[in-house]
Amino acid sequence: MAASTDTTAAPSSTLRNASGNILAFFILLLIGVLAFSIRLFSVIKYESVIHEFDPYFNYRVTQFLTKNGVYDFWNWFDDRTWYPLGRVIGGTVYPGLTLTAATMWKALHFLNIPLSVETVCVFTAPVFSAFAAWATYLLTKEVKGVGAGLTAAVLLAMVPSYISRSVAGSYDNEAVAIFALIFTFYLYIKTLNTGSLFYATLNSISYFYMVCSWGGYTFIINLIPMHVLLCIVTSRYSPRLYIAYAPLVVLGTLMAALVPVVGFNAVMTSEHFASFLVFIIIHVVALAYYIKGILSPKMFKVAATLVISVGLVVCCAVVAVLIAVVASSPTKGWSGRSLSLLDPTYASKYIPIIASVSEHQPPTWPSYFMDINVLAFLVPAGIIACFSPLSDASSFVILYIVMSVYFSGVMVRLMLVFAPAACIMSGVALSEAFDAFTRSIKFYAFQTGDTVSASTVSMENNVKEIEKKEESLKKRPSKKNKKKEKENVEKPLKKSQTEKRPLILPVEASVFALFLTVLLAAFYVVHSVWAAAEAYSAPSIVLTSHSRDGLHVFDDFREAYAWLSHNTHVDDKVASWWDYGYQTTAMANRTVIVDNNTWNNTHIATVGTAMSSPEKAAWEIFNSLDVKYVLVVFGGVVGYSSDDINKFLWMVRIGGGVFPHIKEPDYLRDGQYRIDSQATPTMLNSLMYKLSYYRFVETDGGKGYDRVRGTEIGKKYFKLTHFEEVFTTHHWMVRIYKLKPQKNRIRGKTKKSRSKTSSKGPTKTRTITKKNPWH
Amino acid sequence: MGKSTVTTKDDAQALFHSLRSAYSSTPTNLKIIDLYVLFAVFTALIQVGYMAIVGSFPFNSFLSGVLSCVGTAVLAVCLRIQVNKENKEFKDLPPERAFADFVLCNLVLHLVIMNFLG
Repeated sequence: MAASTDTTAAPSSTLRNASGNILAFFILLLIGVLAFSIRLFSVIKYESVIHEFDPYFNYRVTQFLTKNGVYDFWNWFDDRTWYPLGRVIGGTVYPGLTLTAATMWKALHFLNIPLSVETVCVFTAPVFSAFAAWATYLLTKEVKGVGAGLTAAVLLAMVPSYISRSVAGSYDNEAVAIFALIFTFYLYIKTLNTGSLFYATLNSISYFYMVCSWGGYTFIINLIPMHVLLCIVTSRYSPRLYIAYAPLVVLGTLMAALVPVVGFNAVMTSEHFASFLVFIIIHVVALAYYIKGILSPKMFKVAATLVISVGLVVCCAVVAVLIAVVASSPTKGWSGRSLSLLDPTYASKYIPIIASVSEHQPPTWPSYFMDINVLAFLVPAGIIACFSPLSDASSFVILYIVMSVYFSGVMVRLMLVFAPAACIMSGVALSEAFDAFTRSIKFYAFQTGDTVSASTVSMENNVKEIEKKEESLKKRPSKKNKKKEKENVEKPLKKSQTEKRPLILPVEASVFALFLTVLLAAFYVVHSVWAAAEAYSAPSIVLTSHSRDGLHVFDDFREAYAWLSHNTHVDDKVASWWDYGYQTTAMANRTVIVDNNTWNNTHIATVGTAMSSPEKAAWEIFNSLDVKYVLVVFGGVVGYSSDDINKFLWMVRIGGGVFPHIKEPDYLRDGQYRIDSQATPTMLNSLMYKLSYYRFVETDGGKGYDRVRGTEIGKKYFKLTHFEEVFTTHHWMVRIYKLKPQKNRIRGKTKKSRSKTSSKGPTKTRTITKKNPWH
Repeated sequence: MGKSTVTTKDDAQALFHSLRSAYSSTPTNLKIIDLYVLFAVFTALIQVGYMAIVGSFPFNSFLSGVLSCVGTAVLAVCLRIQVNKENKEFKDLPPERAFADFVLCNLVLHLVIMNFLG
């Protein structure tokens, strides 16, 4: 920022440098404190508790890790979930987050600071967001300079999109992954700028940390090759590019293959092919440049024609083979999630589970303004600022933001990857603008002490006048140290500077613009603090509502899980929709059938079919899975709209995707989803309806008015034949039912030849009695 | 027709000669590094040939073997870039520092290889 004036005198410039460095250090410290404290609203407003669904799984894994050590964790086969299949935790989880938190816990315990595992887990995200802000400072410093770095760091510390996934309590992969992402990019740019193999090694290690932490590492391994290709195509190839890229590919692939989740996918899936392709391309380009360097131009032309004619044939053959190999797989080698990113309509056509997750929906326009606020306007200015001058680092940041904008438009969860890019760009833009304004003001401040014609100083000034003014500007500091030879040295320097034609604005305009910039930043701060406090701090396991009598707290989820853990046997299996699987295993410590990992679509479809079937069929399905308890979430009494009845159509769709006898139109009346008296009989007989609305009329004296759907329910008085209600929470939000055991005797007429044992097998139902054997 | 083939053959030979003469003027330490790179690539090719014959069953061993050869080759090329006196960008990088970086990177690479080799 103040670089132009540092070229004057040596002692004052080092003093200025030193004080600038100290100031920057303290500003960074404050930024870290800010990033940490803005994420603490949820702890202050609610309590230090883990939020949402996925973090509970990570918390459970961290508990296991701290209790049993790394080797047991690495080889852990979890039999308390996805019953009866189980889940190989060691091979399907990204270990970065849990290992980080366990390391922090161990370190704290070593220092005799007895924090519980839960506290460490809750506060991991704010701590790492402070680190991420510092990493943004380092990255932007490499792109534009210290001023831009500080601005970008403070913007990232407060950007609502990042806050939403890293509040205290949101113990999810993104908490550490965003820090790893920015840090890896910083080390890549640093290697590119310095050409040092040491930073290339660090870059690979940081990339390894990123692969350990999040599935979004494929963004890095595709963005960096794209940037290398961009540099080659725009004739910016240099040996530093080779040093930055080639070791990263080899070391990065190896380290990615080390992580069990990725394993051999690191060399076999299409997500990584771009890196190998560009690896080959950069070698060809490097060889070409080398040969060009050692040959004469004539000979080089000969070599080029020879190589091109031969090489083209070989290239076509290789590409043909590659295309044949890739095309033979049905998804062209891409995984379902990556395909749904490239083709946004893919998931809704083929994989309804991916389409049903709310975070995988495309974002709406207002969410851009909500999540990055003012930065949305500053990003284009930043892009333009990056073009003057265009360096390798700034071309990388431009590519980063373009790619992340596209992907953020596909999936709202990826707004999180877009946020750091937006902060960097906005930091650059704000810093450049600030530079221009303060330069104008400083220029006028120094101008008043000299005899210079007070001509209009605008951007259209002629060079001579500017040169004279530059001289007068430089004369003042040179008078301070009285070094005549410095002036002579400065003259050629000034000449090169005057060719740049400093951009000066009128002083009133720049003062007003400065004021407006500060106001803009103030708006951003106000919005970020509001978003952090009101919008993104809800733990979603505890709900609150404000009414005339004060604050109501709905703690029904924990009430239900506590009931389960105290009143059921340790080995009892609980069936619910997959949303609640992680929380059930973590808090209630019971085996579940399906959970949020959603890796087995058929298993989820089985549960969905059971929920959509009539009572008897559902009982049979659940009995075949050894289920003892069924848990449903119902929001009709309090108006909680994310309950199972609202999710019911997804259960039908997913179940119908695997079991064709479940047809979605059966549950809709004229294409509309209703639960009132106009609902279809299939809907009114489904297990989900019955379990949700059993005894519902007792809550409001016979009317049965569902506050979420806004109507009275269709079937009001009915009895459950195969299930019995064992627990309903205080606000009726979670309801737990037990499967009734089979009866030993069957009342009614049966053929004497048949054995009357308690085998419910299909033979009995197929042949004789049409009577219900359960009553 | 025949004349053009003769000229292409002549061109190829002239090219070959000029390449040879230009290359022989490189300093000896760079030639040693080039030899090392060739050796590493040759070892990798042998490993790929062996896999083609025998099958890729412990795939992690194959992968780590090939990638260690390719990795040292790449790192040696990076060392050569940094040590080459004709590169203006690296003229104030002492060759000892370049070699130390090379050793460090190789250490990390082989640590990972040892872990992945199985």
